[in-house]
Amino acid sequence: MTVSVTTTPPANGKKVLGFLASAIILAILPFVVGNAFGNSWVRTLDFALLYVMLALGLNIVVGFAGLLDLGFIAFYAVGAYTFALLGSPHFGIHLPFYITLPLGALIAACFGLLLGTPVLKLKGDYLAIVTLGFGEIIRIFLNNLNAPYNLTNGPQGVNLIDPVSVGGFSLGKTHEFFGISFNSVYMYYYFFLALTVLVVIMAWRLQHSRIGRAWVAMREDDIAAAAMGINIRNIKLLAFALGALSGGVAGGLFASFQGFISPESFGLLESIMILAMVVLGGMGHIPGVILGAVVLTIAPEILRDVIGPLQMATFGKMIVDPENARMLLFGLALVVMMLVRPEGMWPSKRRKAEFDDAKKGH
Amino acid sequence: MSILDIKNLQVSYGGIQAVKGIDLHIEKGELVTLIGANGAGKTSTLRTLVGMEKKSGGSISFDGKDTAGTPVYNFVRQGLVMVPEGRGVFSKLTVAENLRMGGYHRNDEDGIKADIEHVFELFPRLKEREKQLAGTLSGGEQQMVAMGRAIVSKPKLLLLDEPSMGLAPLIVAKIFEIIRMVAEQGVTMLLVEQNARLALEVSQRGYVMESGRITMSGNAQDLLNDDRVRNAYLGE
Repeated sequence: MTVSVTTTPPANGKKVLGFLASAIILAILPFVVGNAFGNSWVRTLDFALLYVMLALGLNIVVGFAGLLDLGFIAFYAVGAYTFALLGSPHFGIHLPFYITLPLGALIAACFGLLLGTPVLKLKGDYLAIVTLGFGEIIRIFLNNLNAPYNLTNGPQGVNLIDPVSVGGFSLGKTHEFFGISFNSVYMYYYFFLALTVLVVIMAWRLQHSRIGRAWVAMREDDIAAAAMGINIRNIKLLAFALGALSGGVAGGLFASFQGFISPESFGLLESIMILAMVVLGGMGHIPGVILGAVVLTIAPEILRDVIGPLQMATFGKMIVDPENARMLLFGLALVVMMLVRPEGMWPSKRRKAEFDDAKKGH
Repeated sequence: MSILDIKNLQVSYGGIQAVKGIDLHIEKGELVTLIGANGAGKTSTLRTLVGMEKKSGGSISFDGKDTAGTPVYNFVRQGLVMVPEGRGVFSKLTVAENLRMGGYHRNDEDGIKADIEHVFELFPRLKEREKQLAGTLSGGEQQMVAMGRAIVSKPKLLLLDEPSMGLAPLIVAKIFEIIRMVAEQGVTMLLVEQNARLALEVSQRGYVMESGRITMSGNAQDLLNDDRVRNAYLGE
C-alpha cells in the first residue's frame, strides 16, 4: 500500500475561499443559533470553544508527543483559580484580565513542568496512573486549602469573579454596536473565538515545526530519536508545559465567564471527557480534535433537550431519568465509535496509516 | 590525530563483561570494519561510543576530546552519528521528514535543504518516494533512508551497526554499494558487520572481535587473506 502524507498543503484560491466562508459562518453563528434556539445555546457554543482550547492543549501532550495524560483538568483548575483569586472579592484583589489570564497560563505551564519532571521515565499506563493522581491531588488541594489559611475557600468555591473588562468595557454586560444588541454570551463568544484561533495557530505551527517532527519521532522510537540529537527530556517537558498553557488560558476564561468556580468543576470525569474529545475526534489531528470537542460538548446538550420529551411522547411517562439516560446513550456512542472507527472521526493521514498497519498485523 | 581513539574500553551488564578492554582507532577519511560473531561485543561497543551504554573502564576520545559524560543527544552535534541496528528509520514519518530529522541539530536551513537534495541525487529512488511513509518502503530503501539521514547530519564519523542484517543477498550487495558511495563522499566510517567478506572488501582496515576482545587487526586485504579469518568468518 502506498501512503502519501502532504505536510504543507499549498495555499490556493480554494483554500482562501474556504477560510473566508468559515470566518463568516463563525461570525454569524451565535446569531443564527441564538435566534433559533435561544441564548442558552449560545452559552453552549461558548463552552464548546473552551473545550476546543482544552482539547487542543491536551492534544499537544497526547496526540503530538504520545504521552497519556489523565489529569489534564488540573491545569484548567490552576488557570481558573489564578484568575479567580486575583479578580474577585475573595482577597479583594481586582487585577485586570490581561494580567491574570497570561499569569494563569504561565502558572499552569509551571505546573505542567512540575508534573512532567517526575514522570520523564514513565510511559503508557504507568504515566497515565501518575497523571491521574496528579489531577486528583490538585482538586483535593483546592478543596482543602481553606484552613488554616483560607486560600481557595474550599468546597464553597470562589464567587463573584470579575468578568473580562477593559477600561469599563465589560464582556459581562450587554452592549450595542451598529444598532444590534450583543448579550454577554455573544461578547464572550467572540472573545473566546479569538483566543481559540490563537491556540489553533499555536498548535498548527508547533505540529509543522521541527519540534513537531521531534515529537512524532519520539513517539515512535525514543532511542532512535535521541540518536538523532533530540533532547528527549526537554521536548517532553515542552509538551507538558505547552499543553498546560492552553489549559490554563481556558481555565481563566472559564472562571471569568462563569463568575463562580469550585473544585467540583475539576474532577476526573472532566479529564476523561477532554481525553475522549481528543481520541474520538482524531488524536494528533487539529481539525479532528476541534470536531471532537464541539461534538462532545453539544451532543450531550441536545440529548438533554430531547430525551425527556421523547420518553413522554412515546411512553407517556418517564422510564429512565433523563440525566441518567443521557450519560448512558453518550457512553454507548463512545463504545460504538471506538469499535467502528478507532482512529477517530477525522484522523490525520499519518494516524490512519498507523491504524491500517495495526489491522494488517505489522 | 585520530578522529576516534578507544583505549582499554570495558563494558559490563550486571556482572557480565561484554567488552573486555579493547583498543581501536580510526583516522580521518578511513573506512574501518569491526567483524565478529554474534555476542562478540560489537554492538555493545558501538552503543557505548554514542553514550547509550555506560562504560565500566577505559577511555574514548572523539575528535580530540574525551566523551565521558556527554549525553546521547549531544553526540550528533559533535559529529558522531550512529545508524542503529534495524536501521532506526521513523516509519510514521515520510522519507523527506526522515531526512529532515538528520538535520535536527543544525540551524542552517539552506544547508539542510542542499544536503537533502544531495541525498536525492545519490539515491534517486528516495526522490521518487519523497512523500511516502518510510515504513512502507522495502528494507533496502529504508537502509537508504537511514544512510541519507546520517549524511544530512553531517557526521565527522559515521557508525553503521550491521547494515546488512535481515536483508536479501541482492539487497545486501546494493547496501555495500551505498556504503562505498558514501565513503567516496569523504565520510569517515566504522562499519560493524557479520558479513565479513563484503565488509572487508569495502574497507581499508579491519578489526576482528571475539568474546569481548580484539583478536586481530590490520589491513583489510591482509585480513581477507589470513587463514584464521578465512576459516572462522569466510567459511573457507
